[in-house]
Amino acid sequence: MKLVENRIKLPIKFKRSFEILRKIEDISGENVFACYQCGMCSAGCPMAPEMDILPNQVLRLLQIGAIEEVLETRTVWLCASCFTCSARCPKGVNLAKLMEGVRIVILREKNKDYFKPEEMIKEPLPAIALVSALRKFTT
Amino acid sequence: MRIGVFVCHCGRNIAGIVDVKTVVDEIAKLKDVVFCTDYIYLCSEPGQKTIQEKIKELNLTHIIVAACSPSLHGITFSRAVEAAGVNPYLFEMANIREQCSWVHSHNPELATKKAISLIKASLAKLRYSQPLTPIKVPLTQKVLVIGGGIAGIRVALDIAQAGFEVYLVEKSPSLGGRMAQLSETFPTLDCSSCILTPLMVEVARHKKIHLFTYAEVKKVEGIIGNFKVTIEKKPRYVIPEKCTGCGDCVDVCPVVVPNEFDQGLGARKAIYVPFPQAVPLVYTIDFENCLNTEKLIICEQCFKICGPKAIDFLMRPEEIQIEVGAIVVATGYELLPLEALKEYGAGEYEDVITSLDFERLISASGPTGGILRRPSDGRIPKSVVFIQCAGSRSPEQGRPYCSKICCMYTAKHALIYKHLVPDGEVYVFYIDIRAAGKRYEEFVQRVMGDGVLYLRGKVSKVFRHNEKMVVLGVDTLSGKTVEVETDLVVLAPAIIPSKGAQELAKMLKIPVDEFGFFSEIHPKLRPVETTSPGIYLAGAAQSPKDISETVAQASAAASKVLSLLSQKEATLEPIVAYVDKEICKGCGLCRRVCPFKAITIVKEDKKRYAKVEPAICQGCGCCMAICEENAINVAGFTYQQLSAQVRALLEDKYEVSKKTAEFRKI
Amino acid sequence: MKMNIGYFPGCTLKATALNFEKSALEVAKILGFQLEELSQWHCCGTVPSLSQDDLLKQISPVRNLIYAQSLGYNKIVTLCSMCYNTLAQSNLFVKENKEKLRKINQFMSEMPDYDGGVEVKHFLSFLKEQITLEKIRESVKTNLSGIKIACYYGCLLLRPKIIGIDDSEQPKILEELMQVLGAEPVYFPYKTECCGAYHTVIKPDIVARRVYRILENAKENKAQIVITSCPLCHFNLTKRQEEIKKIYPDFKGIPVVYFTEVMLQALGENFKCV
Repeated sequence: MKLVENRIKLPIKFKRSFEILRKIEDISGENVFACYQCGMCSAGCPMAPEMDILPNQVLRLLQIGAIEEVLETRTVWLCASCFTCSARCPKGVNLAKLMEGVRIVILREKNKDYFKPEEMIKEPLPAIALVSALRKFTT
Repeated sequence: MRIGVFVCHCGRNIAGIVDVKTVVDEIAKLKDVVFCTDYIYLCSEPGQKTIQEKIKELNLTHIIVAACSPSLHGITFSRAVEAAGVNPYLFEMANIREQCSWVHSHNPELATKKAISLIKASLAKLRYSQPLTPIKVPLTQKVLVIGGGIAGIRVALDIAQAGFEVYLVEKSPSLGGRMAQLSETFPTLDCSSCILTPLMVEVARHKKIHLFTYAEVKKVEGIIGNFKVTIEKKPRYVIPEKCTGCGDCVDVCPVVVPNEFDQGLGARKAIYVPFPQAVPLVYTIDFENCLNTEKLIICEQCFKICGPKAIDFLMRPEEIQIEVGAIVVATGYELLPLEALKEYGAGEYEDVITSLDFERLISASGPTGGILRRPSDGRIPKSVVFIQCAGSRSPEQGRPYCSKICCMYTAKHALIYKHLVPDGEVYVFYIDIRAAGKRYEEFVQRVMGDGVLYLRGKVSKVFRHNEKMVVLGVDTLSGKTVEVETDLVVLAPAIIPSKGAQELAKMLKIPVDEFGFFSEIHPKLRPVETTSPGIYLAGAAQSPKDISETVAQASAAASKVLSLLSQKEATLEPIVAYVDKEICKGCGLCRRVCPFKAITIVKEDKKRYAKVEPAICQGCGCCMAICEENAINVAGFTYQQLSAQVRALLEDKYEVSKKTAEFRKI
Repeated sequence: MKMNIGYFPGCTLKATALNFEKSALEVAKILGFQLEELSQWHCCGTVPSLSQDDLLKQISPVRNLIYAQSLGYNKIVTLCSMCYNTLAQSNLFVKENKEKLRKINQFMSEMPDYDGGVEVKHFLSFLKEQITLEKIRESVKTNLSGIKIACYYGCLLLRPKIIGIDDSEQPKILEELMQVLGAEPVYFPYKTECCGAYHTVIKPDIVARRVYRILENAKENKAQIVITSCPLCHFNLTKRQEEIKKIYPDFKGIPVVYFTEVMLQALGENFKCV
C-alpha cells in the first residue's frame, strides 16, 4: 500500500479505488462479495506456488478495497486461465473472469502491454502459443 | 346490526402515515356503525379491555379492528371479542398496516384513503357474516411416532410417561438410529451406546409403547384427532415371540454381505441383528440376499438349527391399521453419499471415507474392534486429514446450508485419533469453526491446542500416490498453498434428510423445504409444528442438529402433543365448505379438485348432490372456485361476502352491475 | 449417421501440429465418414475472451461461426481443445446476450447475421455420440495389447463446466476410447491439471516445473505414453522437456502423442513403433 502508515484505512476514501472495483466487476460480470474466502481456488490453482499473493487473497484485497495493491501484484499475470478455480468454487464465483477483469483494467489504465514481443522466447513457437499470449497480455 | 370499529395507531406504524382521525370520522358516518374510535396499541391489555368494555356498554353485535395483519393478531382479538360475548366470526380485521401504512409510507394521503376503503370492505363483508360454532371432533388419545432414533425414542417416552399410548414405527430392524452408530458423543465424550441403550430398553419395556420395528407407514388418512394410519410390517421371516436372540443361526448362514450398520466396512450374514444391543433383540433375514426366494427354498440351515423354531420362510408383509390423534415425524438424517463429492474422489478411493465410516472404525463394537485401520490395507494410519464442509455451504452444488454438527464431531474425531495413535499427525482443513453450544468452544480449543494442526482453507483435490493419499489444500491465514501426504482422509459430508422423507411428506401432506427437510410453521416461535394440525416434527428431520438439540426438540414436540391430548375433543375451525343442496347439480367437479378428499357425491331421493365432511375439510376454497353454480361456499368466506368486499373496494372507481356482475369504469 | 461434418482445423493444426490433423483425417476415413474442412475459416482467437464488454475479441470466433452457418453446417467439429473452448464459449456468450450479438452483427455488416444456430462439438464427443465406441471397437485392426496410456485432458476440454465435454473432475471419455482400442489407461490424477499454457512464451521455466509434475505423475503410475488433444499442451509436454532437464537433471522423458495418432495405429494397417 502506498499509504504513509502501513494500515488500510476503511472506508476507502479514494474514489478511484471504488471506480476501479466497479470497472472490474462490470468487465467480469462477477460480484466480488460473493466470495467467502474458503481458499479452494488457491488450493487447486496450478500457478499458486509461483504467485506472490494467492488468488483468494487477490479477491480479498478487492473486497476490502486495497485496489492499488492488486494492481501491483504479479499474481494476475501468472494466471493460466485454466478455470480450475471457477469450476470448484462452492459459491459459483468465476475467479478466472475476475482475474481477466483485473488484467484488462491494468492494461487499459497503463495503456502498456505486459510484455514486449522482444521478450518472447526465441524459438519456433506454435501459433496457438503466440496468439494466446498476445491476446492475454496485450491491449 | 350494531357495529363497533376500532382503529389502531400501532404507535407510529399506522398513525405516522395514515390520518387516523380522518379515518375514524369517515367510518363513524356509515350506516350501522354505532361506535368508532382510535387507540394507540389495541393489542395491549388495556386496548383489548377497551374493546370488551364497549361491547358490553353499547351491546355491540359486530366488531371491526383496523390494525396489523390478522396472521399476527387475528387470534388475539378473536379471543378478546369472544370473551366479551361476540361470536368471533362476527369479527373482521382490516389490515391497515402491512397492506397499507407500511407499503404506502411515501403517500400518506393515499394510505388514508386506502385505510378507509379497507375498513369499508370489512364492513361490507360483515353484513353477510353469520355466527359460526367451532366443530368438535372426538380425539383419539393415542400417538404415532415415525422414526426410532433418539428423537423418536425421547418423544415416545415423554408421551408414554404421561399415560398415553404410543405407536413407535421404525423402518430398520432395531431402534437407535444414528446415535447407535456413534462411538462417543461430544462434548462430554460419553460412550454413545451406554447412554442410549437404557432408553431403548425402556421403550421396549414400556407398557404404553407399541413398538413396530422393520415396519413402515404406508398410508395416512384423516385429520387431527382422528388419523387412520396403515402400517406395513415387513416380513422378518423370524417369529419375534419365539426368537431368543441366541445367534446360533448366524453361525450356519452361508451368505456374507456388507453390514449397513458398519457403513459397509464390516460384514454380516443374511440373517442378522444390526448390532449386539439391538432392540428388539430379534433376528431378521435379509431376503434380498438370502439364498431362498418366495417360491423356492434351497437353504434351510438357520431353520434347522433354530432351537425355538422361530424361522418361518412363509412370512408375508402384514398390514395393520391404527387410529391416532397426533403424529410426530422423527425420521432423522443421512450423509451425502461420496459419489456427489467429485473433487475428493467420488467414492473411488478406499482411504477417503466419511465421518460416519470413521465413527464405526473407532468404535469398540465396530468392524475392526476399535482399532483404527485403513480400509485399503488394514494398517493403522500414522496421519489423518479431516476435511470439513464437504458438500455443505455450497450454493453451486445446491446445498448452501451449514450442516452444523461437523465442526464439533471433527474435533472429537481428531481428539480420539490422538488418543488412539499418540504419535500420529492430524490435520483439519476448515473454513470456519461453528462451536456454539454449551462447552463446545472450550472443547474445540482444547483439541486445537493438542497437537492437531487446524488449517484454514478448503481442500481442492484429493488423489492417490502409491499407497498414500495426497491432499492439495491451502492455509489462507498464512497465504500458503499446502500439500499433505497422508494415510487416511476423512470427509465431513453434508447432512441430508433420510431416504423416504419426500414420500412421507406427501403421505402426510406436510411441506418440505427445497432441500427435503420438513418445514416447521415458524423457525423461531413454532419449531416443532407443521402446517397440518396434529402433525409435529422432532430432530434432524427438520434441520441438521446435534443430540442435545434433538432431545430438547423431541420433548418440545411431546409437550405439544400432550397439550392436545389433554382435551377429550379436538376443536376445529368452522371455516369449512357447505353445500346448498337445492342449487347443487351433483356434477362432481368439486370432488375432483378437493386436495383433502373431503367431498363425496351422494344420491338421496333421486337427487345427486355433493356432501362435505366438515372434519376433513380444511377450508381451502378450491371447490368454491370451480363450482359453476355457486352451490358450494366456505363458511366465513362465502361468495356473497367476498363479492361484497370487492364491490366496496371498487366503489369509487367502478360500478358493478348487480345483474351481470360486470365492472364498468366510472 | 451424418456423413459430412463441418470441420474447423484451427491455425496450429495446419502448421506445427500437422500430424494431429493427418491422423484424424485418416481415422475418419477408416471409420467411414468424412471431415469436410470449412472452405472459409480463420484463426478462432485461441483463448476465450472473458470480459463482458470487449466485444472486439468476440469477432474472431463469431465470424467463424458465421462462415459455418453460411456454408450450411449446423454443427462443426474441432480437434484442437483450445479452438473448441474458444468457439463454444463465444457461441454461448452471444446466445445469452442478444443485445451484444446484435452489436457484433452490426459491426460485421459485410457478413450475414449470426443467428446462434451453429453447434460446436469436439471430435471426441462426436466419436462417442455419432460413431459410438462399439463401431470403433469393431474397426480395430491392431489391438494395442495393453499398452499403458496416460490420458491427459488439460484444462480447456473440460472447463468451464457448462461447455465441458465430460465431467471436470472424473472424465472418462479418453479412457473409454483407449480401452476399446485395447490399450490400458492408467490412473492419472494429474490428467486435468493445467500445463501452464501460454506462459511458455515468456516464462518457460514455470511451464517446465508444471510439466515435470504432470509427467512424473504419469510415470509413477506406470504410463508408457501420454496422449493429449491440445497442440499447446503437446508443445509444452514435449518441447519443454529440455527445460525440465535443466532444472531436474535426472528427469527421463516420456513420449507424448495426439490421441488420433494412437487411434490410427489401432485402426490402421501398419503398426508404427512409438
